[in-house]
Amino acid sequence: MGKFHLGSLLAAGAILAVGFSTQANAEGKHGMYANGEIRSGYTYLTPQSKAIQNDDFQNPGMIWVDDGATLYEAVDGKAGKSCKACHGKAEVAMKGVATTYPKYDEDTKKIKNIEAQVNRCRTKHMQAKPWKYESGQLLAMTVFIRHQSRGMPMNVSVDGPAVPFFQKGEKFYKQRRGALDMACSNCHIDNAGKNARANLLSQGQTNGFPTYRLKWQKVGSTHRRFRGCNKQVRATPYKYASDEYMNLELYVAWRGRGLPVETPAVRN
Amino acid sequence: MGIRTLAAVAVGVALSLAVNGDAAAAKLVKYKIVDETSIPKSLTGKPGDAKKGRALAINRKKGNCLACHAMPIPEQPFHGNIGTDLSGAGGRYSEGELRLRLVDSKVVNPDTIMPAFYKNTGFHRVLKKFKGKTILSAQEVEDIIAYVKTLK
Repeated sequence: MGKFHLGSLLAAGAILAVGFSTQANAEGKHGMYANGEIRSGYTYLTPQSKAIQNDDFQNPGMIWVDDGATLYEAVDGKAGKSCKACHGKAEVAMKGVATTYPKYDEDTKKIKNIEAQVNRCRTKHMQAKPWKYESGQLLAMTVFIRHQSRGMPMNVSVDGPAVPFFQKGEKFYKQRRGALDMACSNCHIDNAGKNARANLLSQGQTNGFPTYRLKWQKVGSTHRRFRGCNKQVRATPYKYASDEYMNLELYVAWRGRGLPVETPAVRN
Repeated sequence: MGIRTLAAVAVGVALSLAVNGDAAAAKLVKYKIVDETSIPKSLTGKPGDAKKGRALAINRKKGNCLACHAMPIPEQPFHGNIGTDLSGAGGRYSEGELRLRLVDSKVVNPDTIMPAFYKNTGFHRVLKKFKGKTILSAQEVEDIIAYVKTLK
């Protein structure tokens, strides 16, 4: 039912979709939005927020999908190329890509996420300027690429050369930090499902990122969310695209293995 | 004018130190933990103010106890449920046990999520504006203890 629900969303219409998801929730089942005990942030949403995500015409994140589609075909840089010039149709070339990112990168011997790969393409193959992290363009392109895998299960590789980076990510996740002396795991493993005042703690999954966050009133990246969490526990955040956040992004993506790509998800 | 500006800055620094009080100072009031279970003596030697303590428990930038604990504070919606319900905590714990839990809960339980409210060192990557500061001043700790003691 879950797969049918998401795939046929456009065709079946929003009212029907909302009806399905509300019913699934009332039965205590999370359908495609869970993999055993692993639960998407979607399953922690209010019915109202779920309804916004369920309906592509209501979901504000779809604006970034549209922008990304335009950018994908736009020629930029000295090489006179667009993304499409090399990759062809995004629906084909980019399908499934999001499920394997972040991943180990042979060139830099580090972990790269989709944002990093987009900028690699821009500088190396298009001879264009890299987009600034968290810029409208980089967010739109990342959302657009990840959107091509919507509904497909997250499946990042954490073995082989990725092992040491994965371990660093896990260590970060479990390291207490800031004046509040809290680790990611204190909230998102030990206390997921509980309330910090009105805030329902989720497992902190990233399968819907870049996500449209109602609090932000725009789409934001995993690294923006990491920075926000770090600052909330009164810790100094790392920079966008830092090695620390790349490793953390890999670990968190692994935590969400099997969850469907939901980009652009809607979150509180 | 140069001298005036300097004087103004000096006054400003003095003022900010005075306002922040012991929460901003590097040195904390010394206290003694007894049997790894309690701090029997008041940090300030003065009794706490339960009414102020109640307000601090609500204040999101101070105690923010409600973030994790349900408390008999009905006018505030959305009490957290990460920690235990503090209704009756004044009957379950001695004053000294409450004080240690507020000052540094990890002495009692190293795995707890609860922050240390009167500690300013030994942390990882503290944001600049919180560096060297405690979450609560010594007197604020006493105020909250005085309030929790009333919860019987």
